[in-house]
Amino acid sequence: MAVRTARFALSCLVCVALSLAGALSAVAAELRIGLAADVTSLDPHFLNVAPNNDAAWHIFDALVHVDANARLIPGLAVSWRAINPTTWEFKLRKGVKFHDGSDFTAEDVIFSLERPATLAASPGPFSGFVKAIVAKKIIDPWTLQLKTAVPYAMLPYDLDSIFIVSKKAAAGASTEDFNSGKAAIGTGPYKLLRFARGDRIELARNDAYWGGKSPWDKVTLRILPADTARIAALLAGDVDAIESIPTADLTRLKANPNFRLEQKVSWRTMLLHMDQYRDHPPHLADKAGKPLAKNPFKDARVRLAISKAINRKAIVERVMEGNAIAAGNLVSPPVFGHVAALKAESYDPQAAKQLLAAAGFPDGFALTLDAPNDRYVNDEQIAQAVAQMLARIGIRIKVETMPASVYFAKARAGDFSFALLGWGSFSGDLALRALVATQNAATGYGAWNWGHYSNPKLDALLEQDFATLNDDKREALACEAATLALKDTPVILLHHQLASWAMKKSLTYAARTDEYTFARDFRPR
Amino acid sequence: MAAFVIRRLLQSVLVLWLMSLLVFVGVYAIGNPVDILINPQADQADIARAIAALGLDQPLWQQYLTFLRQALLGDLGKSFAYNIPALQLILERMPATLELALAAAAVAVLLGIPLGLWAGLAPDSWAGKLIMSGSILGFSLPTFWVGLLLIMLFAVELGWLPSGGRGPTSLLLGIPVSFLSWEGIRHLILPATNLALFKLSLIIRLTQAGTREALLQDYVKFARAKGLSNARVVGVHVLKNILIPIVTVIGLEFGSVIAFAIVTESIFGWPGMGKLIIDSINVLDRPVIVAYLLIVVSLFILINLAVDIVYSLLDPRVRLGGATD
Repeated sequence: MAVRTARFALSCLVCVALSLAGALSAVAAELRIGLAADVTSLDPHFLNVAPNNDAAWHIFDALVHVDANARLIPGLAVSWRAINPTTWEFKLRKGVKFHDGSDFTAEDVIFSLERPATLAASPGPFSGFVKAIVAKKIIDPWTLQLKTAVPYAMLPYDLDSIFIVSKKAAAGASTEDFNSGKAAIGTGPYKLLRFARGDRIELARNDAYWGGKSPWDKVTLRILPADTARIAALLAGDVDAIESIPTADLTRLKANPNFRLEQKVSWRTMLLHMDQYRDHPPHLADKAGKPLAKNPFKDARVRLAISKAINRKAIVERVMEGNAIAAGNLVSPPVFGHVAALKAESYDPQAAKQLLAAAGFPDGFALTLDAPNDRYVNDEQIAQAVAQMLARIGIRIKVETMPASVYFAKARAGDFSFALLGWGSFSGDLALRALVATQNAATGYGAWNWGHYSNPKLDALLEQDFATLNDDKREALACEAATLALKDTPVILLHHQLASWAMKKSLTYAARTDEYTFARDFRPR
Repeated sequence: MAAFVIRRLLQSVLVLWLMSLLVFVGVYAIGNPVDILINPQADQADIARAIAALGLDQPLWQQYLTFLRQALLGDLGKSFAYNIPALQLILERMPATLELALAAAAVAVLLGIPLGLWAGLAPDSWAGKLIMSGSILGFSLPTFWVGLLLIMLFAVELGWLPSGGRGPTSLLLGIPVSFLSWEGIRHLILPATNLALFKLSLIIRLTQAGTREALLQDYVKFARAKGLSNARVVGVHVLKNILIPIVTVIGLEFGSVIAFAIVTESIFGWPGMGKLIIDSINVLDRPVIVAYLLIVVSLFILINLAVDIVYSLLDPRVRLGGATD
């Protein structure tokens, strides 16, 4: 194995003039990672999708970072506090240099905060993360004040998503300038050597990195979206580590003594939305096909019955082969706002039947469960399992699955009455706001509340929460809001999936809840 | 001939226009990329703004007219996901796909015609039987499965060849190619073989059948009676006469090799157009989908035209329409 890797790495060297000894030492400090999705652009302000952000995190930093447990930690800002209800003050890190040797200053921050709004023609813009800021003020080169129109607790969270670019290099730069490396000047742990779109990204260590030196001289991120190709590359020794391992291959890799597996509970929660706003939701009828007198999902007892009829342990063990944990919260255990007291609903089909009967549906009803088939881990199988479990309490379900490209447009158009969604949030209150708060386009609440669940008490609590600038107080409010909302079963929680990485036995990885794959977190043993 | 070519090209413009309309309406009916790519924390206003910024809130006919106007000026639009011109994106990936397709076609032709001839000339020998039964396997085994098998055997177990990806490229007439270095060839062997397998079997079978049929023809008997050498009988009289169906198949199949190298490209992580189109369909990146299909249709049209012209060169009796009118 080792011989083969060395031979491959050697033959990879384009420069044959290198001596053998020199070549071997270069091999020792190179890390090759197989990524599971295409990186479309290295412009860190163009498209806000996980694969692009993952690549950007290698080259750039943000003011605020998140740690492996998805909690905020200092990045280019060493500290931040609210000096009054509508003003946040950020103290910047001193002595940080960009890859071109120039100093990092507050000017670069201002420039980076303003740039996303100039890239409007993007299907996933970053502008939403800076829209709360109404004024920016540089107090001194290392102190920055940001004003918001109303008290807004989430600003530090939002700033985790805004990468800081060099004003000098990025002023007037196009996406192509970032891809070519001309404008891709960050303060991050690696410098960009080469971006071969659709194929690989080559990086070199930034020796001046403020966060400590990476153990790798050179890092190659290979784009290998096909699961089989990614795993074959790892088995053949063409890459040293890969992300996103399909469930079926996890068991096989676990048993292989040449490789190590690192896992951590992901921030992604799988849940089912139920139509709670229409009197006659689509594809919902009694078993003879006749329309029902009322929408059963409007009755909290029916929602609870469905939750009780689902055997989460079986889904975790059989469908996910143990690579998930049953969910009783909208956010997974390490995340801000997770309430430990909220346990996953226990499996009790008998009680579920009684609840259905009490709600006036002793014979159950029939409906369609919609799910994507290429978006989440085992999404289609999860939907099938849920359908079978609900059949046992008399609810007849037809499962319809489709590619994500079709699915989300239909979901937004309100075509579904019972539908699967996977959700990742780095705080519980954000998840509540998006998933179960009353839909309101003016305030931005309930943007992903497909079922239109509505609870004015929850909305009021959330408003109070987002205006609370003290983190401890806010977490208490977020937990209170979660407890209040989930009592009502506004959505059916299924499980939190585990994120997995596989690597050579000689490496370790500090697995992350946010599922990002960072070269600097791989260490030789 | 010139009239024929011009008429064919005019027809192609109509085909391309119809194609663009179909794809445009199709993608519009499915949905829009904002729903797939927008950040989960985005609220309703963010989503509406993003849709409007891409012009996706306009009525379909207006979006299509805008597209047509720009297309006539040679601009097929910017990719939503990559933020660079769709045409540039595709042309950038094209050399990789063309290299793979040409390598596969070369493998198929260089192996397929001699093997087919051999099997046709000696159908009852063990070699002939082996070639023919081997070609059945090539036909019937699914590409992705053979690809995985090749990787497991040659990359994982034996470690002779890399498991995927494209080797280092160098410029040949301004086009990045990878077959000029040994490392590049090593990367090319497995995917090219995998892609060639089906075509190889097809050519073997066509050549074998054609050869057996031709051997019974009077002109072959006459050539033999004239005392021509076996090499000349087979190489000139037999081969030239059986080439017409083979050229058709090579031509048509070359188009499909380019268009449908997708499976091989994704299994072997080959950075070609196939991988790009799959990604683009997944996020409904309409400019890329439209541009890709327009290019593929153009390729098919050009290849068919080339095939027709080669016919007339191979067989003087074939007249291209227009010349006889």
